[in-house]
Amino acid sequence: MRNVIRLSLALPALAALAACGSGTPAAPSGSAAAPGKVTVAATDTECKVAASEVAAGTTTFTITNGGSKVTEFYVYAPGDRIMAEVENIVPGLTRELIAELPAGSYETACKPGMVGKGIRNALKVTGEHKPLNADAKLAEATKSYQRYVKSQTDTLLVKTQEFVDAVKAGDLDKGKELYPVARTYWERIEPVAEIFGDLDPAIDAREADLTEGEEWTGFHRIEKDLWIRKDVSKDGPVADKLIADVKAIVTKANATELTPLNLANGAKELLDEVATGKITGEEDIWSHTDLWDFDANLEGSQAAVQALRPVLEERAPDLVKTLDEKFAAAEAALAVHQKGDGWRLHDELSKSELKALSDAINALAEPISKIAPIVAK
Amino acid sequence: MVTRRKLLGLGAAGAAVLGAGAVAGRSVLDEPPQAHASSAADPVPFYGEHQAGIVTPAQDRLHFTAFDVITDDRAELVELLQEWTAAAARLTQGKEAGSFGAVGGAPEAAPDDTGEALGLPASGLTLTIGFGASLFDERFGLAAKRPAQLAPLPKFPGERLDPAISGGDLCVQACAHDPQVAVHAIRNLARIGFGRVSVRWSQLGFGRTSSTSRNQVTPRNLMGFKDGTNNLKLEDSALLNDQLWAAAADGSPWMAGGSYLVTRKIRMMVETWDRTSLAEQEQIFGRTKGEGAPLGGKAEFDELDFAAKGPDGKPYISDVAHVRLAHPSSHGGARLLRRGYNFVDGSDGLGRLDAGLFFIAYQRDPRRQFVPIQLSLARHDVLNEYIQHVSSGLFACPPGVRDAGDYWGRALFEG
Repeated sequence: MRNVIRLSLALPALAALAACGSGTPAAPSGSAAAPGKVTVAATDTECKVAASEVAAGTTTFTITNGGSKVTEFYVYAPGDRIMAEVENIVPGLTRELIAELPAGSYETACKPGMVGKGIRNALKVTGEHKPLNADAKLAEATKSYQRYVKSQTDTLLVKTQEFVDAVKAGDLDKGKELYPVARTYWERIEPVAEIFGDLDPAIDAREADLTEGEEWTGFHRIEKDLWIRKDVSKDGPVADKLIADVKAIVTKANATELTPLNLANGAKELLDEVATGKITGEEDIWSHTDLWDFDANLEGSQAAVQALRPVLEERAPDLVKTLDEKFAAAEAALAVHQKGDGWRLHDELSKSELKALSDAINALAEPISKIAPIVAK
Repeated sequence: MVTRRKLLGLGAAGAAVLGAGAVAGRSVLDEPPQAHASSAADPVPFYGEHQAGIVTPAQDRLHFTAFDVITDDRAELVELLQEWTAAAARLTQGKEAGSFGAVGGAPEAAPDDTGEALGLPASGLTLTIGFGASLFDERFGLAAKRPAQLAPLPKFPGERLDPAISGGDLCVQACAHDPQVAVHAIRNLARIGFGRVSVRWSQLGFGRTSSTSRNQVTPRNLMGFKDGTNNLKLEDSALLNDQLWAAAADGSPWMAGGSYLVTRKIRMMVETWDRTSLAEQEQIFGRTKGEGAPLGGKAEFDELDFAAKGPDGKPYISDVAHVRLAHPSSHGGARLLRRGYNFVDGSDGLGRLDAGLFFIAYQRDPRRQFVPIQLSLARHDVLNEYIQHVSSGLFACPPGVRDAGDYWGRALFEG
């Protein structure tokens, strides 16, 4: 978390969704054909999508994981804007994904091991649909991002529960393994979580953030017990509170209507998080798993930017080009440090390696800071 | 460490000088301090034949920064230089870095100027750019244009250079009478450069240690001595053409009107220096501490007479005195235009000031000027017991920007 005083203007239109919060987005008008069903056979090395063309409107993907690694399935619009996704498909499981797709060119991706660009296939969506006007594009942007928040929070709940279970079972190894994984889903959407003032510190406060006498709960308290004390036998209540707090914040996050400005500022704040907490190693000071959080922040920032992409393409095409380049450069700078399905530990990186990461984030964050005034117009 | 103190032959001569120095000392310091040029707040013109910040009367403050270029795209580098030039033209005239400024833009936008110089005058700000030898590698197709004058400096005895604070593809020297103005300029240029350049190292300096005009009094370095009495100065126009400004005939036509810059961060062991007797200090420099006169002479600007001998038959100015070793007559007339600054980077963790001189010297050809002078100093100067060179930089500073259609280094990229 960021140890900051929150300004009131950081709050989104908190007219929390009385009506439209959990409703299904309307299907694009004028769909030419009946909605389709597409099966996806995923393994560790393949991603067989039964159709390469579907009709505009609702398509239901049924993904079966026949491999040995946990996988994910995505539908991307150009620029890797996530139209729909389902995560945490464990081996042997079948999950459904309902996607609302206007006509256009898309890509699907299976991500065995949940890393990298995934195994891609082209997906063409045909049929009539009315192009969105500018306001509708902004509305679609926030809807698109809210879909992302939904998918992330679904998995955040699952992974935090697994982490909590391991801690309560006293399983140090499993707890250490799950700690950075559960945090990934948290870090991707943290600016949304930060909206809810008291829950964010309860879940994510670092020891250094506390004032004297303040109770310390959440991920980092357990992190210290896992890595330093090597004893979580007394952490049952902390673990219970963590999952309860995560459940509470997930409910709130999905019931909150975001504005385009929230997305723009959220994208920037995630990179600020990287710059101030992850590159310095302050976020995960005991486990040194900062690069998991780094990667998650970067992905979360990209998700917010890509949700705004249709608007940006219309209003600032040059900026879109710059953002694409700088996101790619930042991903490449980070990818150097990939290790198996995870990342090198922060204390394994040299100062010059950290400087290269810092340069990449500075290069990306400056153009990202230009998005807000564009979508505020 | 080998001590060279004995080379001075301190003894009777030292004692004799001690008396003279003590008399001269205080009287000079009691004189009212000379005011700045009346125009300390005024802008210095940005456009011209030469870059400002070289013969410009030395301002009081420095923020020097070296950058590495992190893009491999030549077009991006040129674009950066164009953007930097435009920003520098504004900043040096007391304007903000971008056209909206710190408070004039959209409320949702991050301001295009960082704002800490709002309300401050131009303060004599100059911004001077230089290109390091590493810029002329294969990345930007500039190898054929690398000036021979950028040949790597030799290893000098006794130096302990830290690569992390040495070199760089580009440098920007910001000088101003107000430190906040200099820092503001560097901060905004660094921000404009994100994604294309990365700050490699930077240095703050105060209390100019050189005068570059006869209208300026000779300042003192942190050893308490006047420094650079015989410096090249603005008014020496014939000497400047001979010693300071590069000419097309020197081998790199794009550098005509430019100059070569050497920077050296020189740490001073001020604590041990302060325990050294006045006589020895003066012997080491070859000048009196108070007036700055050559030993054996009376006034600061007296000609140095290296043949003059004291009553003991030994030269007033020792064979290894700093003034003798550094003097043009010891190097075939080679001169430098120095505009260094004092620095104190806090303390060093051992209870000592992390202090010294950030040496800056401009010249026409370091191979014939800085290098032989420094080799002689590094081998023989007794001052080496109290100083250590810890960083080094060598840059080709292109000619001045002619007008708003021109940019820093245009002749290099388009020539």
